[in-house]
Amino acid sequence: MSALDTPAGLDVPRHHAFSRFCRAFAKRPAGLAGLGLLVAFGVLALAAPLFIGDDQLNVIKVDGPQLSPPVDGYPLGTDQAGRSVLLLVIWGARESLSIGLIATALTVVLGSTVGLLAGHYQGWIGKILMHVTDWFIALPSLPLAISLSAVLGQGAASITIAIAVTSWTATARLVRAQTLSVEARPFIERAKVLGAGNTQIMIRHVLPNVMPLILVSSTLTVASAILSEATLTFLGLGDPTSVTWGSMLQAAFLGGAVTAGAWWYLMPPGIAILIVVLGFTLVGRAVEHVLNPRMVGR
Amino acid sequence: MSSLTTAGPAKAKGQGVRRSDLLPYLGSKLVAALVSFMVTLVIGFVIFSLMPADPVRTLTRGRPTSEAQLVQVRLQLGLDDPIWQRFLTFVGNTLKGELGYSWQFQQSVSSLVLDRLGPTLLLMGTAAALSIALGLWLGIRSGWRHGSLFDRIASSSSLMLWSVPTFWLGMILLIAFSVGIGPIPSLLPAGGMSDPSLPQEGWAHIVDVAKHLVLPCLTMVLVVFAQYVTVMRSSIIDEMGSPYLLTARAKGLTDDAVRRRHAVPNALLPSVTMIFMHLGILVSGAITVESVYSWPGLGYLTYEALRIPDLPLLQGTFIVFSASVIIMNLLADVVYRFLDPRVRAQ
Repeated sequence: MSALDTPAGLDVPRHHAFSRFCRAFAKRPAGLAGLGLLVAFGVLALAAPLFIGDDQLNVIKVDGPQLSPPVDGYPLGTDQAGRSVLLLVIWGARESLSIGLIATALTVVLGSTVGLLAGHYQGWIGKILMHVTDWFIALPSLPLAISLSAVLGQGAASITIAIAVTSWTATARLVRAQTLSVEARPFIERAKVLGAGNTQIMIRHVLPNVMPLILVSSTLTVASAILSEATLTFLGLGDPTSVTWGSMLQAAFLGGAVTAGAWWYLMPPGIAILIVVLGFTLVGRAVEHVLNPRMVGR
Repeated sequence: MSSLTTAGPAKAKGQGVRRSDLLPYLGSKLVAALVSFMVTLVIGFVIFSLMPADPVRTLTRGRPTSEAQLVQVRLQLGLDDPIWQRFLTFVGNTLKGELGYSWQFQQSVSSLVLDRLGPTLLLMGTAAALSIALGLWLGIRSGWRHGSLFDRIASSSSLMLWSVPTFWLGMILLIAFSVGIGPIPSLLPAGGMSDPSLPQEGWAHIVDVAKHLVLPCLTMVLVVFAQYVTVMRSSIIDEMGSPYLLTARAKGLTDDAVRRRHAVPNALLPSVTMIFMHLGILVSGAITVESVYSWPGLGYLTYEALRIPDLPLLQGTFIVFSASVIIMNLLADVVYRFLDPRVRAQ
């Protein structure tokens, strides 16, 4: 009897809270628009291998006109090698989005760990961790990211690491503040009295309460991670063989597309970055508004 | 901020008390800045001296070298010394202003940095002044009437501009105003800081540099001002509910006077601090903008160093950028101390 009651008793309020959240989110048109843009881009990126093959991406195999403005069959024009800019932008979404998401995951894991530890161990460990965080905040992020990925060598992995190392501080501060407020609640004291250790308190009791906040802030982190990826790739730190929005812009810049006035080659990747970053920002802000009623009017 | 206001015991107000409080305050900030700088040096040392697998191999790349020569180079660079000794040498050299020797330019890094400092300061200074003025003005206007059409246009356009990669905006402006599309003729020069065919001094040179400055500066302003709009707007909204504004209105002041004389001075404080704290954004902007426009500053130097990659040069620019941000933060703390009447009164 009681075994049947407990899961239902736990599930129903959570389910209610979730549907209430969804209804509140649905009332924010900007957030919905952002979500729609992201879903559209996600579907395109996932479905890309169905209609784009090596024939359209390999510079040796393509047969289009070189650096041509939009014409029949090439709705967004072509690059220097004769590849369709439209197909390149769709293909670029795959790598750009995945680097953005992986870098965010790394950032969140790093930042939450530091924040959780600094909030839980309030003695010298917490102090040292917060000092380290402050030092990293003071460092200018782009020069640090550039230096790191230059030393680690070109490629997606080094860019991902560089982004994570330069952007974990915001998450760490947020998680620490939230950890402090959760740890002040009576149920933590109860858990301690019942004999819960440090690890158990942090993972079983504090983390679930901090999680929603972490997820919200990570939506905004994705936006800046995608921008950083594009910037670092443009500066020449990316994998030279892969197609991302940043590498398209780098190829266009180095190949003289600017001097040639090839706006059709430059516009699509930039607008794609704009849309995706805007999408993540809008969704992040909408969720923030829903969770924090004090933000009304911002 | 609130920690600052409670920093000193609230003694009697007066010049003497304020002065005696000021020195320990400045001292502690100075020590914190020095510690930050040391940490920067540690990070720089870890990245550039410990992480690269074999600097000698990179240095002698493509040249036939004997084993004895390799050993000689290792000895010269001090690579066989213990780590702590290498670190101390590195710190000592940096403090003496010796930042190493660029592989690419065959010149000392310090002299390269000094050469490029002026153009970067010119670009960053102009862009910072313009974007702070524009950002604060727009932020005040849209925060005061939040929800209005003006606010919605200002907020959404700053959100859009924040979402755009700086270097991309630079290239688009370059095409639009320098190369020219269709009916638009080429209006402005494409890159560099001056036209070498013109005399390098006098009035003509100043006009020439100004012309070259327009596009890079515009790009940086467009990307950076958005941040300031957001900060200023939300601190104005924070002040909106304050009772002292109600008092000011009850005195019969006009809406304009309430905003200008009462709301703005109070809202300005947190914004000014935020602006100083986020100067790193300007540094990032300088690197990408200078790369697109070949503006001969520190950012373009970083870009040139990256292409090799010329590690001593990269290390030099990293240290210089970090040091400048630390100095600006220190200045922000000092300026804040003088700006905030609550801190000053203590």
